[in-house]
Amino acid sequence: MLAHRQQKLAIVLFIIFGSALAIGLVLFALKEGINVFYTPTEISAGEVGQGQSFRVGGMVKMGSLVKEGLEGAEVNFLATDFCNDVLVSYTGPLPDLFREGQGVVADGSLDNAGTFKATQILAKHDENYMSAEVKASLDAAESASIEVCHQ
Amino acid sequence: MIPELGNFSLVLALSLAFLLSVLPMVGVYRNNQMLMTLSRPLCSGIWVFMVISFACLAWAFLHDDFSVAYVARNSNTLLPWYYKFTAVWGGHEGSLLLWVLMVASWTYAVSLFSRNLPLDILARVLAVMGIISVCFLIFMLLTSNPFDRLMLNTPAEGTDLNPLLQDFGLIVHPPFLYMGYVGFSVAYAFAITALLTGKLDAAWARWTRPWTNIAWAFLSIGIALGSWWAYYELGWGGWWFWDPVENVAFMPWLVGTALIHSLAVTEKRGVFKSWTVLLAIAAFSLSLLGTFIVRSGLLTSVHAFAVDPERGLVLLTILLLVIGASLFLYALRAPVVKGNASYTATSREVFLLINNILLVVATAGILLGTLYPLIHAAINGEDQPVSVGAPYFNTIFLPLMGILVAFLTVGSISRWKKTSLAYLKQQLVKVAVASVALGVLVPLIVTREVNIGIFVAVTLAFWIVMGIARDIQVKTSNKESLLQGLKSLSLSYYGMQIAHFGMAVIILGICLTSHYSVERDVRLAPGESIEIGSYEFIFEGVSPIQGPNYTADAGEITVLKNGKSYLTLTPEKRTYRATGSVQTEADIDVGFFRDLFAALGDPRGDGAWVVRIHMKPFVFWIWLGAFLMAAGGFTAILDKRYRVKEVKAEKEQVTQANTEIDAAPDLAGETG
Repeated sequence: MLAHRQQKLAIVLFIIFGSALAIGLVLFALKEGINVFYTPTEISAGEVGQGQSFRVGGMVKMGSLVKEGLEGAEVNFLATDFCNDVLVSYTGPLPDLFREGQGVVADGSLDNAGTFKATQILAKHDENYMSAEVKASLDAAESASIEVCHQ
Repeated sequence: MIPELGNFSLVLALSLAFLLSVLPMVGVYRNNQMLMTLSRPLCSGIWVFMVISFACLAWAFLHDDFSVAYVARNSNTLLPWYYKFTAVWGGHEGSLLLWVLMVASWTYAVSLFSRNLPLDILARVLAVMGIISVCFLIFMLLTSNPFDRLMLNTPAEGTDLNPLLQDFGLIVHPPFLYMGYVGFSVAYAFAITALLTGKLDAAWARWTRPWTNIAWAFLSIGIALGSWWAYYELGWGGWWFWDPVENVAFMPWLVGTALIHSLAVTEKRGVFKSWTVLLAIAAFSLSLLGTFIVRSGLLTSVHAFAVDPERGLVLLTILLLVIGASLFLYALRAPVVKGNASYTATSREVFLLINNILLVVATAGILLGTLYPLIHAAINGEDQPVSVGAPYFNTIFLPLMGILVAFLTVGSISRWKKTSLAYLKQQLVKVAVASVALGVLVPLIVTREVNIGIFVAVTLAFWIVMGIARDIQVKTSNKESLLQGLKSLSLSYYGMQIAHFGMAVIILGICLTSHYSVERDVRLAPGESIEIGSYEFIFEGVSPIQGPNYTADAGEITVLKNGKSYLTLTPEKRTYRATGSVQTEADIDVGFFRDLFAALGDPRGDGAWVVRIHMKPFVFWIWLGAFLMAAGGFTAILDKRYRVKEVKAEKEQVTQANTEIDAAPDLAGETG
């Protein structure tokens, strides 16, 4: 009888321990791991704090891509929603489908000067190969620019 | 003509599958032997027609029959013949055909290798498998028929197979993955049968275990191959991205791992019965969810092909039908299959329960992270999309796996029913002290760096490996010689230890590669070089080359080791002629202790390129570990107790199992 109760107690304890751990981890991880998407207009309006990591999306402004004369593998370009621009700086190889005039999504954060330091660049893949989040971000960027700038 | 034959075979397979899902069940409830016996020939029939259908599609590809819409979309006359063949499963319709062919093959295999199953059980199992075939055949014929024709405007040339998929990895990755995914349908069918009959005994678990092990082993290989493919083909040098499609393959694997352990308890001790059934349902449901997510394009990624909401809806219906019906049946019948043996708080049962809880919690965490963007969009609307990145998944997954491994050694050295704390201490204190000491000292001496994460990982790896050594030592100590002792251990015991050893290898691979990889993205002009460790990489420049169906810029990077000429890496940037799509082809020098990885980025003027150069220590161990795990799964099913010819009465089996355990607790080694 005692063994039986012990066993039940152990199971209950493990379940409580497990769920507490899980909920704790999930809450902590959700805080850490979620990137909210902002448009250049929202960034210009000061909606994002310095150092906060987030995702920006828009179009690569025509003629804004600077590849040469920078430090090492750095590139600069303007991400635009046709209303406001954000200067994006990234060090590393650009994705195969990165083009001026095409959609782009970047993960990173703002530095002191208001430049977006990207840690990852996602370009518009051919339409069969675009991740849902990137597509949603690009759609949001396009629709936001239409709403804000063409009213 | 041939494509019509393929289409006709599909329809015939559907008709036979329909008969298979109905007739044996009717036979069971009418107690009609003949109807039940029909299940076997029906399975052979379905399998034969699925093979014919698959062969017809392959023929259409090899003969460039672009009047078949699917071939026109996924092939091209310039494609080498082997890619034409693998293009059969390179798109949505064809991969679905492969999926159903796998279901048919598993069904056929069950009908062949289950001679010792009672006829009424076999009839039910095969009927459930038949229902699955019916669902997916209907889905394929209605929404995604690979044999649809383009009769009026037959194109002269096909669109081409996506360049990412023109690769050896694609030849092998999907078949293995699907073998695993679909393999869980067998465990599922057995679980539904157990609910229908209300009989869930040691014999049931013994029938189910080998099938689950094979499916799990195939899924392990499939996931490892996918990760390997991403590593060398996507050109980012990463091997795991927590991409939705990776997650949906990984979740059935985690639940399948839990299921394997839970089945061990159900077979040996007759407890966790309803839990085992629930896990079997969950493993297959998650496989279906994976198919749904990938095929509906709900959460798309590199794997998602042309997306079609209508297909998603039909798949969702199948998904809800399967999950809903099984859970309903479970709610009705689960109390019937309750177990009643007792065990104490430090028994192997409890340690395996902890294993199960941790694996299920990890799965739930990954499921939440994977679906969170959808949940968020449903609550907050579409205009502020969120994405869940790797930090979320790492934060959830790594601590849970750490705890899991801490319990792994304790669980595999403990005994069924009751293990005294004194016994555990006697066995494990030295192992624990030694693994902590080695786990801290070895990295400290080799790298002269203090890194807590590495200490923990290396300690855990030593903990597993020395736990295995200790366990084998204990189990062979009462034999005359070590060799004799080793011979006396069962194959399922070896299977367990090989798989656990694979886990240690994976842990080392993942942690060492994550911490000690040197990843440099540099702008290099011809003649310039960078140094990583004892290697020097000299960029010689880029020159154009011609492939069979692409043109490419081929880079040449000379690698020196300690100043001496070592090897040349030739990464390429390919442009495929048919679609104009650009593809980065990395070049990797694979080594047991380190990989050298080079990929071309983009040109930066004056012949200079951004070049991605990585030195990744121990990355090979990740795949080695995965293959060891799979090897463990395959070894375990060779155990002779799964090949007992006679079917004993249920009671006899349970008593026998119990006496076995009481008499020789040390030998109750488990695949776990």
